[in-house]
Amino acid sequence: MENDRQYSNRKYIIGSVAILIVLIFLLRLFSLQLMSDDFKRNADSNAFLKRIQFPARGSIRDRVGKLLVYNQPAYDIMVVMSEMKDVDTLDLCNSLGIDRDWFDRRMVEIKDRNRNPGYSGYTQQLFMSQLSAEEFSMFQEKLFRFPGFYIQKRTIRQYNYSHAAHILGDVGEVNLKDIEADDYYQSGDYIGKQGVERSYERQLRGEKGVEILLRDANGRIKGNYQNGKFDRAPIPGRNLTLSIDLELQALGERLMQGKLGSIVAIEPKTGEILCMVSSPTYDPHNMVGRQRGRNHNMLSADPMKPLLNRAIMGQYPPGSTFKTSQALTFLEEGIITPQTTYPCSGGFRFGRLKVGCHGHASPIPLIPTIATSCNGYFCWGLYYMLGNRKKYATVQDAMTTWKDYMVSMGFGYPLNVDLPGERRGMIPNADFYDRHLGRSWNGLSVISIAIGQGEVTLTPLQIANLGATIANRGYYITPHVVREVQGEPLDTIYKTRHYTKVSHANYEVVVAGMRQAVVGGTCHVANNSWYEVCGKTGTAQNRGHDHSVFMGFAPKDDPQIAVAVYVENGGWGATYGVPIGALIMEKFIRGTLSPESEAKAESFANRTINYGNDER
Amino acid sequence: MATTNDRKKGVFKSLDWPIIIIYIALLGLGWMSVCGASYDFDQGRNFFDFNTRSGMQIVWIGTSFLLASLVLSVDERIFDAFAYVLYIGFLLLLLATPFLAHDIKGSLSWIKVGSFSIQPAEFAKFATALCVAKYMGSNDFNIQKWWQFATACALILVPMALIILQKETGSALVYLAFFLMFYREGMPGSILFAGVSAVILFVVGVRFAEEPLWGMHIISLGKFLVMLLILIFTVAMMWVYTDRRSPVVRILLNGTVLTLAALLFSKYVIPFDITWMQLVLCVGIVVYLVYLAFHHQMLRYAYIALFAAGALTLHYSADHLLNHTLQAHQRTRIRVLLGMEDDPRGVGYNVIQAKIAIGSGGLRGKGFLNGTQTKLKYVPEQETDFIFCTVGEEEGFLGCAVVLMLFLFLILRLIHLAERQPYASARIYGYCVLSIFLFHVFINVGMVLGLTPVIGIPLPFFSYGGSSLWGFTLLLFIFLRMDAGRNRFIHNR
Repeated sequence: MENDRQYSNRKYIIGSVAILIVLIFLLRLFSLQLMSDDFKRNADSNAFLKRIQFPARGSIRDRVGKLLVYNQPAYDIMVVMSEMKDVDTLDLCNSLGIDRDWFDRRMVEIKDRNRNPGYSGYTQQLFMSQLSAEEFSMFQEKLFRFPGFYIQKRTIRQYNYSHAAHILGDVGEVNLKDIEADDYYQSGDYIGKQGVERSYERQLRGEKGVEILLRDANGRIKGNYQNGKFDRAPIPGRNLTLSIDLELQALGERLMQGKLGSIVAIEPKTGEILCMVSSPTYDPHNMVGRQRGRNHNMLSADPMKPLLNRAIMGQYPPGSTFKTSQALTFLEEGIITPQTTYPCSGGFRFGRLKVGCHGHASPIPLIPTIATSCNGYFCWGLYYMLGNRKKYATVQDAMTTWKDYMVSMGFGYPLNVDLPGERRGMIPNADFYDRHLGRSWNGLSVISIAIGQGEVTLTPLQIANLGATIANRGYYITPHVVREVQGEPLDTIYKTRHYTKVSHANYEVVVAGMRQAVVGGTCHVANNSWYEVCGKTGTAQNRGHDHSVFMGFAPKDDPQIAVAVYVENGGWGATYGVPIGALIMEKFIRGTLSPESEAKAESFANRTINYGNDER
Repeated sequence: MATTNDRKKGVFKSLDWPIIIIYIALLGLGWMSVCGASYDFDQGRNFFDFNTRSGMQIVWIGTSFLLASLVLSVDERIFDAFAYVLYIGFLLLLLATPFLAHDIKGSLSWIKVGSFSIQPAEFAKFATALCVAKYMGSNDFNIQKWWQFATACALILVPMALIILQKETGSALVYLAFFLMFYREGMPGSILFAGVSAVILFVVGVRFAEEPLWGMHIISLGKFLVMLLILIFTVAMMWVYTDRRSPVVRILLNGTVLTLAALLFSKYVIPFDITWMQLVLCVGIVVYLVYLAFHHQMLRYAYIALFAAGALTLHYSADHLLNHTLQAHQRTRIRVLLGMEDDPRGVGYNVIQAKIAIGSGGLRGKGFLNGTQTKLKYVPEQETDFIFCTVGEEEGFLGCAVVLMLFLFLILRLIHLAERQPYASARIYGYCVLSIFLFHVFINVGMVLGLTPVIGIPLPFFSYGGSSLWGFTLLLFIFLRMDAGRNRFIHNR
């Protein structure tokens, strides 16, 4: 027994070994549990399947409540790379009607973190989007053969009508720039690309929801984490009501068939756009589903540029419709009075400079000048304004004043319509001419801007807005196509009046001129017995055949509609512009076209202008 | 009748209550973990339903209490008296088991009794411990006599071999724990040291074999470290076991200077594989030790020379074994065990998921029943071998620390108890018990933490299962019964 005792000190060694082991374990636990969050993240990605719940995108209706755009189910095929094992690629390709090359390319694309920054081999990635219900049901039967592939239900846009493509716009997959600009988006999400789909993206899209599901080691879903305590339901998108009148829009599109150009109609009191036609147009149905890419490419390649919304992107010389703005400016600046007359015998002549005009009595005061669209009168007006050294110290000062009038009428800058891609047009200023003509220019050098030619360009929307401003006798409300956003007030800029620098009284003079143009001038085609139309033609010169322009409003004393018509290479304003404008006004004010008007509309619908194959 | 009552009262009074409290605490925490591990988010909280593992574990715990009371109520001399009979009985049972067993995941260690399966290997531990304690506790036993030590070893190795035949390598390895008891009983520490060194050298040699040393790809880091460790171990043994200091200093100095010089020369002048130089150095040391043995007529130098030569042989044969003898899949398994290969779907998967589960627990854990990794079956064997994951995930660092401290107190308390036994056999038995607990905790928790290889043995009192719980309860309470009787025993004599 004493023999045994001699080793009893070894109990300390054994005890120390036990303490050492526990100490090492505690250190290890410390480093695993307290030093890094990696394991926690790892565990979460193991166990939590975050299923995004997509909200229904807001629907879009026209001003009388016709449903234009709604949602329909479509099915996206998702892939989880890490789960993709033993997939018979050939079988998969056949089932989806794709070829092997496409499959391989898509796989490379998905894994490319430059193009797909949110890539993870453990989460669902978009493989193929927007299968139809039939394609989906066929593929679903075979889905079990393709581990790692999932189907996600989505909604895509569907259209009740084939009109208003430019206004409605379309929805497509987000691109890299969209993802970088807003971290709400993940690869594979949809975003509005054009039209109100884009400008009202935030309202339409709603808010994605998320469901946190527990997923076991075999990939089985074991219910919601903490009974859904951390789930977030999707918030559906807001519905939009457009100010567009679908029937008016349809008529406009019909009238513009076979022609290039645009019709814009505005309700002057509210700034609401009643129709906005850009021709040629396209069928919005072509912009959904898997054919979107192909159709989009086809439309982009079309030399007539059907994707271009000419109403806000086309910058045209306004021609004689611009004279109304000149009359207003000269009156307000006191350059002329309504009684002032200028001589015009076949045009404006000054030395060797000549601006042609057509036959009418001479000299005549302002109102008949507007009615007959005399060129000479406005050239003299501008000449005297820019040359007035008593009022303006220099021609530059005079030019700046002129420009300020133009800008106050909504020219030279985008109007801020609620559609993407609006152009500003062109209103030259003193600097511009200083740069291009040297310091020694005068009224004569720039005389053609007085008649809406030369450097001046406007968008059809700006021309229509000019009509609305005159109808309102001095103010406009920024034109807009969305009348109401469900549950949200409209942006205040679409409620605010912008007054021009011209007084009410001077507007009445121009209104009288425009009325006379209809009663007995260039716009007499628009005259009718139902209501008083005011109008102004334009025949804009350009390199090719003249553009046919009309700007007008009706009824004269309680304007309900202001309209601008621009038909490229349509010739005289009275040839296309006036009759088309008249039909639009009749349709809107009377609700329907008289039989004669309907016949006229049908004949205009069938008139085409040959534009050749020039790139435009 | 009266005497029986008195004796029972005596047992009750002299029972070691700290251990009972730790035992109950561990069982309670263990049951909570089994609840957590077997809980399914789909189903309700029916922990007492006997169709669930948590419900069944209550049955095992209840029956363990009965078993413990039974053990406490018998005369402790019974254990001594029946030690050999029990041992032989269990050897026969172990021998018969593979023939009676039904295959569970390749293991032939389970036999069916009624509707339950029991694992005789779990019970053979206490029988072996009793037998070894009786043999070594006899007055004429002397561990220094090699044949007596060999007999004691044989008593351990026979059941171990039988369990290996049942393809339960993990349970068999537990018998190595007895060597800790041998150490306490006077087995030369050098044997333990040599054994541990062999494991370290093997692991280091294989683990770092393919890694470059200091950016030099012609030199294997593993080989370099093994050579360096052999040098260090040899010097350490000389320091401990011999009195002459000058040879130790000479070897240490020359070895260090030569190795360092070769390293720098290879790095900055001419690159060459310095492990050859190290090999020459080690062989030189062996030769020097042999010379010392003859010169001073001291056998100890010869032993140390044998150790160094053996280590070198082991290293080269392990190298050969791994690269030439073993099958590819066996090689892969070893490489995965040592963390050299990623195998997220196989053995490596278990370790990765266990680490994720524990690591995600943080300081305070996710809370009872809130662990996701264990419940969603990411962790394999989450109710049995990997039960500690549930503790880590749900109770966090604090919970793990409590459990580990309880185990540590249990072992330290058992050392204290063992040391106070008046008789060698009781002390030896006590050391058997604590060694087995220590081994289980070391391997099981180490495995879960990714520190020791994946060897499937249960965590005492935590892992789900009747056999292991009964086995551990028997092991512990027999010793408590011995301890409770220690004083009376002396008086009776």
